[in-house]
This record gives sequence, C-alpha cells and structure tokens, in this order.
Amino acid sequence: MKSLAELDAIRQKARADLTARNEGSRKVVVGMATCGIAAGARPVMNTLVEEIRTRGLNDVAVTMTGCIGVCRLEPIAEVYESDGSKVTYVKLDANKARRIVAEHLVNGSICEDLTIGAAETAAKNA
Amino acid sequence: MRDLSLHVLDLVQNSLRAGATFVDVLIEAIPRQDQLLLQIGDNGSGMPPELLSQVTDPFVTTRTTRPVGLGLALLRELCEQTGGQLELESEEGTGTRLSAWLGLSHIDRLPVGSMSETFAALLMSDPLIDYRLILRANDRSFELDTRDIRRHLEDVPLDHPDVQTWITTTIAEQQVIVFGGVLHEIIS
Repeated sequence: MKSLAELDAIRQKARADLTARNEGSRKVVVGMATCGIAAGARPVMNTLVEEIRTRGLNDVAVTMTGCIGVCRLEPIAEVYESDGSKVTYVKLDANKARRIVAEHLVNGSICEDLTIGAAETAAKNA
Repeated sequence: MRDLSLHVLDLVQNSLRAGATFVDVLIEAIPRQDQLLLQIGDNGSGMPPELLSQVTDPFVTTRTTRPVGLGLALLRELCEQTGGQLELESEEGTGTRLSAWLGLSHIDRLPVGSMSETFAALLMSDPLIDYRLILRANDRSFELDTRDIRRHLEDVPLDHPDVQTWITTTIAEQQVIVFGGVLHEIIS
C-alpha cells in the first residue's frame, strides 16, 4: 500500500530535474461534456496526456472544455497553435489521439482525414 | 454512460462551472441495505430553489451551446432504474450536494469503473482544484485528499507526471482493495 511519505521522495526528485516547463505555447482542448464523455472522450484525453509526456513535448498543455456544439462528432479535440490558429479533430479514439500527437504535434503535419472538414465532406457525399 | 466513474467526470464539471474550488466525491457500498451511494459535494455557487427543482429535467440547462442537458437526467434515470433515487441539496453561495442511491445488486447498476482514469483527467485539466475522494465498503475505507498531497509536495504542482502517476495508481489499487468481494465487477 502506498503512503503519503512517498510524495516527499517525488517532491525531491521533481525539484532536482526542473526541466523548464514551457507553459502553454500550444494547447489541446478536449470536449468533455456529457456528450463527449459518453462518446469516449476520457481515454482520448488521457492518451493525449500520456503520449505528450512520453515524447517530452513540454510546450503543449492539455485541458478540457464543455460541449463544443457538434455532439454527433464527439469525441472532439481542438489543437491551438502558438499563433492562435486552430485545427478541430472529430470522432476520436485513443489510436487517433496517438496519431495526432505523432503527426501533428511532433511533426507539424495536420491529420487531414481526422478533421471536422473531412468529416463534413464525407457526410455530404454519403 | 458506461460506468459510474464517467458520471463522476461529467458531474464534477457541473461543480467546476459553478465556480467550485473543492469537490468531495464519495462512493460507498452498503451491502446490508443492498445500496450503493455516490455523493458529490462542492463549494460552488449553488442553485436557487426554482432551478434546483427542475435541474434533472433534460430540457433545463445552463449551457448556451444547445438547449439540452443530460448529465443529471441520465444519472436520475439510472438511479430510478435500479430502485434508487437521486437527491439534490443546494444553497446559494454555499454549494451543492448530490446523492445518487443505486440498487447495489440490481442488474442495471453500472459498474463503478475506473476512478483513477477519471481523476487523471480532472487533475490534468485543472491542477488548482482540490478534491477529496472517499471509497468505502463495510469496514474498509480509503481517503485521498489533494490538500494533504499538496502539503507534502510544497511547490511541486499536482499535475507533475510523477505525482499524477502516484495518485492514479493509488486510486486504482485502493478501489480493488475496498470493493473487492463486495462489488461483483471487482475481481480481486
């Protein structure tokens, strides 16, 4: 069983490796209202956080928001670049979240097929 | 919703939108009465009686993006389906507390689900909010309070990766210990 005393060791280690956390130049916002959660937003959010950490992307903050307004396309995540531009990804799952981190956040190439634009074009042609 | 931990994730956000800085979550299994209690309390803005009396109506919501709010409506439905009920108390300026009573052994009672995943998401999203989580069954109980954790961490933030890992593994471990042998979904 774990004890709070372990936190003292964590604190010491955390202070020793204070790799400057470059707060919030980029941001990923996950829709986490009832619609998003029911559609599977929690694993999307937790996967994003995990992948971003694993890859050491210190400039990306992950946060949640309420309903984005297009519930039928949930789970939704919005990526905000440091220049303020935004890409909206829809109908996500954990695997797609991994792709967004690798392709978009690491390599800077937008996953076009996962964007809201692609989903709406597909809906029109269906 | 697939499990109660997803309801918790959803409903805690009502608290946060009401400006809460502290949220208290309790899950208690009471096998002798065949009941499972989920309680969420906050120090948010509270609700006036008019809103409180109709807030579980799916067509009543404070959101502006759409005219439907399903969070509380879904939980009330679940409670009633399992022979229980949803109780809400609220005082303006003080906070709100919801108590969801579920039939413990009822076939429609959702499993508790992963409270650790829910807290991972909540703590990551806003590390300045404080939480207390209590899990209880018969004589076993577990309590995690982020205010105690902060005292040990001093200036290290709650969303530091090692802290997050410690919190989530602790919750996952304790959920099995507390509810093992009591909730059928826990295989311990």
